Amino acid sequence: MIAPDRLYDLALVFAFAALALAQLLAMIRLVIGPDVTDRILALDTMVVDAIGLIVLLGIAQGTQIYFEAALIFAMLGFVSTVAYARFILRGDIIE
Amino acid sequence: MTKVRRSFLPHPFLTTILVVVWCLLANGITLGTVVFGTILGLLIPLATAAYWPDAPKGVPPAKVLVYILIVVWDILVANVVVAWIVLTRRNQDMRSTWVTVPLELRTPEAIAILAGTITLTPGTVTADMSDEGHCLLVHALDADDPAAVRDEIKSRYERRLKEIFE
Amino acid sequence: MTGIVLIEIVIAAALVVGALFMLVGSIGLLKLDSPMKRLHAPTKAATLGVGALLAASMIHAFAFGDGSLKELLIMAFLFVTAPISANFIAKVAIHRGQDMPPPEPPNDDTWSTLDAPDTRPGRPDAPVEP
Repeated sequence: MIAPDRLYDLALVFAFAALALAQLLAMIRLVIGPDVTDRILALDTMVVDAIGLIVLLGIAQGTQIYFEAALIFAMLGFVSTVAYARFILRGDIIE
Repeated sequence: MTKVRRSFLPHPFLTTILVVVWCLLANGITLGTVVFGTILGLLIPLATAAYWPDAPKGVPPAKVLVYILIVVWDILVANVVVAWIVLTRRNQDMRSTWVTVPLELRTPEAIAILAGTITLTPGTVTADMSDEGHCLLVHALDADDPAAVRDEIKSRYERRLKEIFE
Repeated sequence: MTGIVLIEIVIAAALVVGALFMLVGSIGLLKLDSPMKRLHAPTKAATLGVGALLAASMIHAFAFGDGSLKELLIMAFLFVTAPISANFIAKVAIHRGQDMPPPEPPNDDTWSTLDAPDTRPGRPDAPVEP
């Protein structure tokens, strides 16, 4: 728990909670489906939420060292979404 | 002169973007990052030039700036509108429809930017393109009248892109 | 002193707005009832949500540490790739036929996702005999 010595620490706690809840809701959609389209979309959303959580961690600890992690997450998330979609559309990723 | 410039600098705008991105990644403007960024900015357009042989020439910067400002404003409004619809409207009350947008644009870059703009702005997502590339399939989350959505896309975005690219 | 308080208020506002938009995106993902409708909520809310969080991070870095503009890179990357992933997911939805079928295009034959190669003998995509 972060000691609220700055004004925005409360907002930071709220943001952590909201993003965790968002991550959980997306995970429910990932589990219940009903189709592969929804699962790809849920994974895409979870990647974006994870980027948000990494950025929040960076603010909470006051460092910039998590930036590269967030950037690589963004790139991998995009490539994996496209790869999943490509696989469903064509039955093959690289033609 | 133009020929010489085009042979080693096929996309000056791409080169600029690459230098800026490299400086941002290295987090600092020192001599080393600028020089290495310039080397990358010269080599990458040369290596990828085969994939885009006819890049649009002579894009007016003032119109691009106006377009970007309009799109950013629309994205802000779009997010509030979509969030409000998602939170307050019941599912069976949403009138989501397909909208077909016939295209006057022919430049691939312009069509790609139009499709991206439609996806980022109010309650619309570009879903597909026709097989010959003459119209876009757009899904609207909540639209009373598909014709109105189509006309707004055409007058607000496509007209400006046509002025910029063609 | 008041300057610092003002910056803290701006950071707090950006954090709350960003977190709320991302939460709304996930709520929409769970609440809406057809695949194409579900596509709207996350792609819209997530870009501005992450945008606001990254703006907060950037202001925070400038006010309380060594400032950097690196966050702009993530923001630009997300804004460029979000329409592309949305387009791919929409193509999957059309391909799987989960939503209502799209109307005929007004001046072409069909949509490119539904444009299956016509491999019957005598048609353009027929396999070439060795």
